Amino acid sequence: MSVEESADTRSAESALKVTRSRRNVAWSGIGAVIVVGALFAFPYYEGSGTLGIMIQGLIILTLASMWNLLAGYAGLVSVGQQAFFGLGAYFVLIPAMHGLTPWAGLFIATIGAAVCALPLWWLVARLRLGYFAIATWVLASVVMLVIEQISSIGGGTGEPLPGLVGYDPALLTAYTYWAALSVAVLAIGGVYFLLRSRVGLMLTAIRDDETAARSSGVRVGLARLLVFVVAAAGCGAAGGVLAIQQLQVVPGTSGGVFSVQWTAEMAFAVIIGGLGTIEGPIVGTVVYMVLQQTLQSHNVWYLIVLGIVAVGIAIFARRGLWGTVDERFGIRLFPVGYHLWAPGERRGGLGRLGRGRGRAAQAG
Amino acid sequence: MDWVNAIIQGLLTGGLYALFACGLSLLFGVMKVVNLAHGDLAIVAGYIGVGVIAVSHMPVLWSIPVVVLLMAVLGYVLQRSLLEAAISRGELTTLIVTFGLSIIIENGLQQFFTANSRGLGVGDSFITASFTIGSQITIAWFNLAVFVVAVVVLLGLQQYLSYSKYGRLIRAVADDREAAQLSGADYRHVFGIAAAIAFGTVAIAGMAEGMVTTISPSLGTDTILLFAFASVVIGGLGSLWGTLLGGVILGVAQAVGAQINPSYEQLAGYAVFLLVLVFRPQGLTSRGAQ
Amino acid sequence: MSGRDQTGTGAPLLEVRDLVVHHGQLRALSGISLAVYPGEVYALIGANGAGKSTLLRTIAGLHRPTSGTISYDGRDVTGLRPEKRAGAGIVMVPEGRRLFPTLSLEDNLKVGASYARPGPWTIDRVLELFPWMKERRRQRASQMSGGEQQSVAIGRALVANPRLLLLDELSLGLAPVIVQRIYATLPQVLESGITVLLVEQDVSQALRAATHLQCLLEGHTTLQGTPAEVTREQVEAAYFGVTDGNGVSPASHGGTTPLSPPNGIDA
Repeated sequence: MSVEESADTRSAESALKVTRSRRNVAWSGIGAVIVVGALFAFPYYEGSGTLGIMIQGLIILTLASMWNLLAGYAGLVSVGQQAFFGLGAYFVLIPAMHGLTPWAGLFIATIGAAVCALPLWWLVARLRLGYFAIATWVLASVVMLVIEQISSIGGGTGEPLPGLVGYDPALLTAYTYWAALSVAVLAIGGVYFLLRSRVGLMLTAIRDDETAARSSGVRVGLARLLVFVVAAAGCGAAGGVLAIQQLQVVPGTSGGVFSVQWTAEMAFAVIIGGLGTIEGPIVGTVVYMVLQQTLQSHNVWYLIVLGIVAVGIAIFARRGLWGTVDERFGIRLFPVGYHLWAPGERRGGLGRLGRGRGRAAQAG
Repeated sequence: MDWVNAIIQGLLTGGLYALFACGLSLLFGVMKVVNLAHGDLAIVAGYIGVGVIAVSHMPVLWSIPVVVLLMAVLGYVLQRSLLEAAISRGELTTLIVTFGLSIIIENGLQQFFTANSRGLGVGDSFITASFTIGSQITIAWFNLAVFVVAVVVLLGLQQYLSYSKYGRLIRAVADDREAAQLSGADYRHVFGIAAAIAFGTVAIAGMAEGMVTTISPSLGTDTILLFAFASVVIGGLGSLWGTLLGGVILGVAQAVGAQINPSYEQLAGYAVFLLVLVFRPQGLTSRGAQ
Repeated sequence: MSGRDQTGTGAPLLEVRDLVVHHGQLRALSGISLAVYPGEVYALIGANGAGKSTLLRTIAGLHRPTSGTISYDGRDVTGLRPEKRAGAGIVMVPEGRRLFPTLSLEDNLKVGASYARPGPWTIDRVLELFPWMKERRRQRASQMSGGEQQSVAIGRALVANPRLLLLDELSLGLAPVIVQRIYATLPQVLESGITVLLVEQDVSQALRAATHLQCLLEGHTTLQGTPAEVTREQVEAAYFGVTDGNGVSPASHGGTTPLSPPNGIDA
């Protein structure tokens, strides 16, 4: 149980203990399984209308998790993720046009988007924050313009998705929902395990002090590349799900898969929910969906309100909704940091008592 | 001769791009801020123009100074309130806030004005009137006028920054904010002036765009922002004339692309932009590294 | 000579009381007090990290103190923004010169004069003080040598017509000959009615130029007095924090008694 007897150098009182979180992770794990299980059971209880909304939410959730990974953990503010989102959709469309079922196409979308990320990364890798943002925006526009040239896949007007004709509509919705749920769970799970791994540690080091990390041997470029590729994969998968849900793929900047509105939605969800925490995107997506459903009939108002809230939070409550809660209560459903137990500190203490000394060592 | 005409056209368009870009260049040079809402501000100016004309029925050309003034005031106020709050919280926050602003503005405009494009009705004859050089080169008067205006504005800005009190202060604050404070300058006020200038110049560009073609809510991010940024990057940060050069190169590249295939127009511009970004990110006129 | 008389009825131009300043969690100054009277040259000496520059920067307004007060000409300026202090007459020549690198020599001076108070110092008068500047007015500040930059930095502060001139580490990175030349201009500055508060690494230089001095060590005052009153040994002891054989620690803030010399060494 107690680790690092050798860490005790100064005081002879007690050995230092280092664990992943203050609370027993097993409980969080069980909780997560229960929640996911319940979500999987939804189609047996809910109708297509609700499922359709949930699919939308799951797509945004996936996108938000990816954007959070990029901006919150790797410091990469990308305003061009719609490129991979759109590419994912096309990676489902094109094989479908040649006979491959879209469900399998999802895998291609994920891998295909990841592969496309490599040359794109090469173009933008060395750019600093603001330049990087604009460059990704330009890249997304270029990708869109190039694809719009290819008339065989619909050119500028879009193309319907073959391969799903003949499915019972309710069943199709259920299958789509499960696909979306799987993608979202894998995305969040993937991010979680990535951040718990060595790469996560490298990212934290880079976030704290890039120069120091570099001189400690951290391969900064490689870590960022990995994150960029993973985020591309996630966005690609989400794009594939969208293609299936909409049964068509339309490029174009207003409402199409390459619209920057997608980046706006994922970015705002993350900012509102909490940048730099895994739980943040979940909270943010919920807020987003609530806003969208309430203001649905008012056209683009939800995006305006979302934007205003996001800007407000960015300025007044930087850590977002979850981040603020996390700061006060030290709750982490997905612990990716380490907790240093002060001598005599008890497990599971909530509030000020447990917060004091251990808090300072909790990173990530 | 089509090629020559196209290139000349591209050249003149480059002036307009430079006009869009100089505000962005100023903000970035002085405050290290990439204002993602920059393009949308040009569109806002255009719509303000539409509104002013609708209310006062004044001729378009008279409305330009009014719009510029309104935008300059808006710039100062926005800088002192929102942007300053964002800048003081870091680059990440600034990017997010300006991005948020961009989305809010675009969708807001769309909500109130619909997504349709709108022109500033200068009168067809004025726009399309042209003159010819030799027998085959045609130049539209208006395009030439816009180019001249762009050069004049850049010249004026250059002079202002070099010789006026606030121009010096802007440069000083950009160099070393603390040292400027020690000399008595309130850098928040200086930033506000810089923002006012940036907003003012982008207003001129927005009005020009509205007069040459049309404006629509999505134009801000669709084309203007990226073109403006491309002009700054290609030309090199820190030099207004570099921005003009960048704009011209961009315009010519687009014209050449359009000659090859009309749908290659934007792509050609972006291609040049990406090339510069990868191989010479400090731009063509800059000496040092980025 | 100075406004400080024995009965203490002259009013100090600058008064600092119990100043505590932190850099993040690190306490840089622990309850520093001092008083500078009109016409004085008040020198702050001490080793690296003693807190001298922090003190000066806090007086200039670039740093907020955790507690304590700063009074200037009778009014409390503890919370005043740095540019307002400059406007009121507290002008600092920062450590490392900090000229505006892309601006010319002349433009640097003009910026300094942007918010100048009325007074005898003009750009022309600065050019008289440093005649070499006349031919180099258009030269970029970044292309000048260290000593030249230091002179320009002083000139930039002078044209604002300060009442209290703060000089932070004038000698840093400069050859002794250059340093002497720069300090040689000090009398003319004083003549125009400016009071000087300076931070100086070079103790001998400080002793030569100052009318009063204060030594800091790790955020505490270890010595206060005039060059005439203190001995070299006292200064060394205060500078390095040497205690006498019984382990008595250096005097805390507010104490004006010079240290007693360590045992075994002739005073």
